Amino acid sequence: MAGILVVAENYEGRLRSATFHAVQAALDYAKVKGESDVFALVLGTDASKLARELALYPLAEVFCLEQPEIAHYTAEAYSEAISKFLESRPFDALIGASSTFVKDLFPRLAERLGGGMVNEVLEILAPDRFKRPMFAGSVIATVRLEGDPKLITIRPTAFDTAPKAQEGAKVTPVGPFAISLPFTAEFVQFEEVKSERPKLTEAKRVVSGGRGLKSAEGFHSTIEPLADTLGAAIGASRAAVDSGFCPNDYQVGQTGKVVAPDLYVAVGISGAIQHLAGMKDSKVIVAVNKDEEAPIFEIADYGLVADLFKAVPEMIGELKKVKSA
Amino acid sequence: MKLLVVAKRVPDPEAKIRVKPDGNSIVTEQLKFVINPFDEIAVEEALRIKEKLGGEVVVLSVGPAEAAEQVRTALAMGADRGVLIKADGVCADPGIIARALAEVAKQEGFDVLLMGKQAVDTDYGQTCGMLAQILGVPYAAFACKVEVEGESKRLAVVREVDGGLETKLIGMPCIVTADLRLNEPRYASLPGIMKAKKKEIRQVSLEELGVGVTPKLRVESLEEPPKRQGGRKVGSVEELVRALHDEAKVI
Ligand SMILES: Cc1cc2nc3c(=O)[nH]c(=O)nc-3n(C[C@H](O)[C@H](O)[C@H](O)COP(=O)(O)OP(=O)(O)OC[C@H]3O[C@@H](n4cnc5c(N)ncnc54)[C@H](O)[C@@H]3O)c2cc1C
Repeated sequence: MAGILVVAENYEGRLRSATFHAVQAALDYAKVKGESDVFALVLGTDASKLARELALYPLAEVFCLEQPEIAHYTAEAYSEAISKFLESRPFDALIGASSTFVKDLFPRLAERLGGGMVNEVLEILAPDRFKRPMFAGSVIATVRLEGDPKLITIRPTAFDTAPKAQEGAKVTPVGPFAISLPFTAEFVQFEEVKSERPKLTEAKRVVSGGRGLKSAEGFHSTIEPLADTLGAAIGASRAAVDSGFCPNDYQVGQTGKVVAPDLYVAVGISGAIQHLAGMKDSKVIVAVNKDEEAPIFEIADYGLVADLFKAVPEMIGELKKVKSA
Repeated sequence: MKLLVVAKRVPDPEAKIRVKPDGNSIVTEQLKFVINPFDEIAVEEALRIKEKLGGEVVVLSVGPAEAAEQVRTALAMGADRGVLIKADGVCADPGIIARALAEVAKQEGFDVLLMGKQAVDTDYGQTCGMLAQILGVPYAAFACKVEVEGESKRLAVVREVDGGLETKLIGMPCIVTADLRLNEPRYASLPGIMKAKKKEIRQVSLEELGVGVTPKLRVESLEEPPKRQGGRKVGSVEELVRALHDEAKVI
């Protein structure tokens, strides 16, 4: 008995919404493979609680594993734990949603299991054929993956979120397993960037600022009020992050977060290919830039050539008018 | 301190990438090649660790004969010698590359091996984790800060992860992958470039390393994505907001 296993992401005791996109991708994969059942695994602190939440989705069974050695995530301990679990209950495919957690874990786990891996899947063509981006999204490649098991990471914006199920899935605690590592690999601490705003990767609207904001002060006093008015999450270009205008976690792009909100407002961002790689699948793109030649205008649905320091406050005023009308 | 650092040859990230009409490869005529930017950051970090604690920096690259240029660039930045693992025509299967690097890492021995978190051509980001597992060593990916605790032979690495910054402690020998904000790589100086000409680059083949060339992950074909249709320029903020409300209906 094999099957398809979703590796859920336990983020500080919560399920990342990307996990539900991974469930949908796994359901799609099952269909392509001619199977019906999809399983899931949650690990770490509060795993059993999260498993009960996951069980509301169309899964055959949800496994959960809690033990002290994996109270905090490390790729090393998680790889061991998951491998031990799979010894008693093998799967043909493991599916996770692309995030720093899965990007970190899956390569090590793939090698540990003697399997193969493909990442950032946009489309499942066959059980062993996929479409994925390369060269910052300038190229879409069709790739073939051999190996057993197959470890597949999907781009969350390319798959819908799975619908809830009629009936709850069975929750099965597993382990504990013997996990001992012959070296030091320890979690020390996590400093979270706390924010009351919607999460960048989960938001329906995103306002992003670039180098055009000039300073951290410019970024805060311009981008934040616009994001507040729109109820949007805040993103940024690499240049804005590198210049210290905002935290690392805000970076959108090839090597940052990939987002596809209903509305993406790019303020003072030129539109380098590496930035576009993270946002060009947004439904509606607005660009505010004083340079009418800026490449961002080539993909923007609505482009406004203007000085952002004048245009953004005006925009906030107009948006408030629309809201109160 | 024995430091190994990986420098992959990739097309300049600023270059416009086009797919050949046959869909098998990209157009490489006139294309400039550079060290993968993330690997360049790794090279810089290796040099900084050496400058602080002494030791040797050896640059490794897996690729065609031309990848010697990228090894040479890293030598010009200050690395001591290079090893070029020739893999002509073999596609960039992360499993094969990890195996090749593992063989050389075993021959050389190391305290810390550094590389970029991903290569900007394939965007795979798999090699490091696979390599660490093959070698049976710990690793810290997406590093934005590395502190070497020389006495206890450990590294405290701050990692750029979703939601914030995580600190991980790993014991040597170990692997670190560089993220963008780890450092700003230096430019090779003129004397550095002169000196690099005399530095050794050892060449080995996959065959000599006993690494098989059957890939698990294979690129079958390439295509350019559908172009997103640009929209229009609006004349004023008022027109913009009206369009978002009446036309696009997103506010
Ligand atoms: C390996 C690698 C990975 C990368 N990964 C990423 C990534 O993930 N994400 C990312 O974003 N970038 C990434 N980059 C960087 C990318 O190539 C660009 O350098 C970056 O996106 C530029 O940011 P920017 O648009 O804010 O800055 P710039 O290109 O400097 O653009 C600033 C814009 O602001 C406009 N402007 C200035 N003042 C005003 C004003 N008063 N009013 C209106 N407009 C104004 C200017 O006209 C200009 O268009 C990466 C690069 C490399 C090499």
